[in-house]
Amino acid sequence: MNRIAFPPNWGARALWLLFAAYFVYAAGQLEFTPARFASGLEHGAKFMARLFPPDFRRWELLAKGMLESLQIAALASALGVLISLPLSLAAARNLMPVWASWPARAVMVLCRSFHPMIVAIVFVKAVGFGALAGILALTIASVGFLGKLMTEAIEEISLKQVEAVRATGAPFLSVVTYAVLPQVFSRFIGFVSYETDANLRNSTMVGIVGAGGIGGTLFAAFQRFDYDFVCAIVLTIIALIMAGEVLTMRIKKIFNA
Amino acid sequence: MLRGIDLEFAPRGITAVIGPSGTGKSTLIRCINRLVEPTSGEVIFEGRDLVRLSRAELRLARRRIGMVFQEYNLVERLSVMENLLCGRLGYLSPLKAWLRRYPAQDIARAFELLDTVGLGQHAHVRADSLSGGQRQRVGIARAMMQEPKLLLADEPTSSLDPKTSVEIMGLMKTLADTHGFPVIINIHNVALAQRFADRVVGMTGGRVVYDGAPGALTEGHLKEIYGGEDWLE
Repeated sequence: MNRIAFPPNWGARALWLLFAAYFVYAAGQLEFTPARFASGLEHGAKFMARLFPPDFRRWELLAKGMLESLQIAALASALGVLISLPLSLAAARNLMPVWASWPARAVMVLCRSFHPMIVAIVFVKAVGFGALAGILALTIASVGFLGKLMTEAIEEISLKQVEAVRATGAPFLSVVTYAVLPQVFSRFIGFVSYETDANLRNSTMVGIVGAGGIGGTLFAAFQRFDYDFVCAIVLTIIALIMAGEVLTMRIKKIFNA
Repeated sequence: MLRGIDLEFAPRGITAVIGPSGTGKSTLIRCINRLVEPTSGEVIFEGRDLVRLSRAELRLARRRIGMVFQEYNLVERLSVMENLLCGRLGYLSPLKAWLRRYPAQDIARAFELLDTVGLGQHAHVRADSLSGGQRQRVGIARAMMQEPKLLLADEPTSSLDPKTSVEIMGLMKTLADTHGFPVIINIHNVALAQRFADRVVGMTGGRVVYDGAPGALTEGHLKEIYGGEDWLE
């Protein structure tokens, strides 16, 4: 008898073939060819040459935009935390009945369903140009992500500790502050620092659609072909993100997270 | 599944509930403070039926029922002092509790109790840095903070070594004798039950099959409670 050690998975083989065929088809449709790439590189080299040296002469404009971005990120993160804390508690299925967790989850999914830039466009239309639109857009994004992460953390806690505190006759809010939050606090610090980092990056973007911050300046510089100023802005953004990274590490240490 | 349970507990003394795993000892204890909701029946505590209480009334009743758990159930990331003060949460507004604004006598009592259970030096360490025996002492001290009229203990020694188990049982007996409240203990160790309890309740299959003095518990009873007889050799 002829026994087979590794039976072929014909379905998987067909799928791989299909993927490969579609890749070739799509590349052909979009003129994604080595020749096109080479001509693009040439263009890129010229662009890179014009980026340097960076021009920091308009540093006041740069500083103003960066500070605004920083403030947008800080405010959006703070508001995001304030909203997602109660929301995630309401959404946690191990603490709350279905009638509370379902709507809370729906709100989070809604907040997560669009990219922050699209939300920013909507808010620019709704409340006008400026930082307010950016703050609101990034707050929505923060609620979407922080809410989801926090809810998952709360759903993973040990209910034994909760049961013990509940058995002492503690009111519900005290059960939350004494038995739930201590178990998730250090993870929350991690989530918040992660989200602040994301907000910092996004706050340098929302300006492109007119929602405040350095993004507007960056976009304008691009439009005017001020590539050396573009370079200055980009370098400053990189420095800011790196500084934020170091800072969040320090903050985590202080909180013992 | 419990059926036909009709027990009355004296206002003093230790009652040990023994029986095989899964027979409903834990359910019995948890039905008293309604950590498990009984489907029917009544639990009379200080003249009121706990089963009929509203959520708010139940919370007030729970304040006087201390509970000790097999796995200690301390809040791991809170300090020993904070864990003790959990026993007073039922008397404090959530805001004051969050701000750690406890009445001075609560804090004095917590320090006193820590000395009583031999952990006076550990007030500020986190609960998860303690050993099993130390944690159970904190668990007992937390229950004592409630000034309980009844103490429930759900297999308080099952996670501890034999020596520590005896110490923990001794501690509960001393506290129950000096403060005068009854204790109901689920326990697997029959010898420990006989040594410390004033009364033994034997359960099997959700029913009570023995209820009497620990001294009168015979091999025949144990056979009926746990089934089989090979293990008695």
